[in-house]
Amino acid sequence: MQHTMKRFDEELDALKEHILAMGGLVERAVGNSVQSMLEQNAKLAKKTIKRDRAINALEVQCDEMTRDLLVRRQPAAKDLRFIMGIIKLVTDLERMGDLAIGIAKGTLYSLDNPPRVFSNLDIMSEKVLRQIDRALEAFSRGDTELAMTVIEKDAGIDVLYKRLYREMLTYMVEYPKSISSSIILSNVAKNLERISDHATNIAEMVIYIEHGHDIRHVDHEAAARILAGEDFDDDDDE
Amino acid sequence: MNTSKISINQLKLWYGESQALHGIDLDIAEKKITSFIGPSGCGKSTLLRCLNRMNDHISSCRIEGSVLIDGNDIYDPSVDVVQLRSHVGMVFQKPNPFPKSIYENIAYAPRIHGLASKGPEMDNLVEAVLRKAGLWEEVKDKLHEPGTALSGGQQQRLCIARTIAVKPEVILMDEPCSALDPIASTKIEELMDELKQDYTIIIVTHSMQQAARVSDYTAFFYMGNLIEFGKTGNIFTKPQQQQTEDYITGRFG
Repeated sequence: MQHTMKRFDEELDALKEHILAMGGLVERAVGNSVQSMLEQNAKLAKKTIKRDRAINALEVQCDEMTRDLLVRRQPAAKDLRFIMGIIKLVTDLERMGDLAIGIAKGTLYSLDNPPRVFSNLDIMSEKVLRQIDRALEAFSRGDTELAMTVIEKDAGIDVLYKRLYREMLTYMVEYPKSISSSIILSNVAKNLERISDHATNIAEMVIYIEHGHDIRHVDHEAAARILAGEDFDDDDDE
Repeated sequence: MNTSKISINQLKLWYGESQALHGIDLDIAEKKITSFIGPSGCGKSTLLRCLNRMNDHISSCRIEGSVLIDGNDIYDPSVDVVQLRSHVGMVFQKPNPFPKSIYENIAYAPRIHGLASKGPEMDNLVEAVLRKAGLWEEVKDKLHEPGTALSGGQQQRLCIARTIAVKPEVILMDEPCSALDPIASTKIEELMDELKQDYTIIIVTHSMQQAARVSDYTAFFYMGNLIEFGKTGNIFTKPQQQQTEDYITGRFG
């Protein structure tokens, strides 16, 4: 149902569009940064770093919009949760952008001594990109099932990161010449793993926005029970 | 839920043929502030007035169900309504001090209820009550000036002082700030917050922000039904009913 105050709806829609635009830029930055590494493409890496300014500018804009909505509309219930959620997830998106820059810088550092193998970095990055895509889609549609999928799939990314890290350790031991590139690749994988964590945070915020349940810091099975309405008692007396 | 002071059970109310309350069940916590919110005509003021039998004055009004205060049914034929209203005080939308002095506004009811005798005893009571209502410093030098000469906000605090002068247990407030400017409203809200240490307060308000600010519990009414009742924090962040959500986010009608 629409607000009696139409302008309020328009402002909420505009805020959502800004978040999705920011999310789109972040997704592209992550994709480009990994591609720059896999292709050892300095031009693409530099472009990615430069484009982060747009992400930061959107963060500032979104913050202004949420501040304005809070002070002028005094939102309640889902409107309030939506704005609270955005205040949190805008920070996640901005951090994801910074982590993408980290990957692009890794490309630039590795140019002198390019990695011989990239292990499963391509698979890992594809999965992380899917996580970002799902999290944004879940936010866009208010789809809590999809948000739960993001939360559940995060563990798989952690496994991939650990595998890649162990592999890099092995290379470093066997070919000391590969130490610098292996460290860079491990860091790249670490950044991807953290990007996926931020996508998970966004998914958690989607669940908070839609249902008002704060499922941060609980394991995903407990989260699923909370969502199903079991085992959840938030009505304790103070 | 804390100890309940008032227990409303299956309360139905008709004005002539038209039913204004459709079986309300609600427990009101002792020494807490409970706000009643909802659109005009939802029955919130009608219900408030049931709690000290103000509806008795309306001849076409018929009531079924019960209202228990401390376990006693206030609609029992043996209940003395005057006595009841000294236990359940009321503050109205527009400040309505008696056309008497500030002092007399406070002293009148304690005198007729025999709570204090003339002279120093009454002087002390008037001072204590005005202090409690946060009005003493503002009026101590003009106690014998008419109450109606005070500002709107001061008049309303005088009315609250007048209400607590007879040591009620429950204070009903029917939109007590709607005729006041924001600063005067804030003073009333602060006063309510202090008064809840000693009194059970129920406030009807059209301002959802006010309900969110002052109350511990919120009840949302629509068309004579209690739609949702809960802790104020929960009602305003994650209401369980769609109608509540629509109302408090301004998506109604």
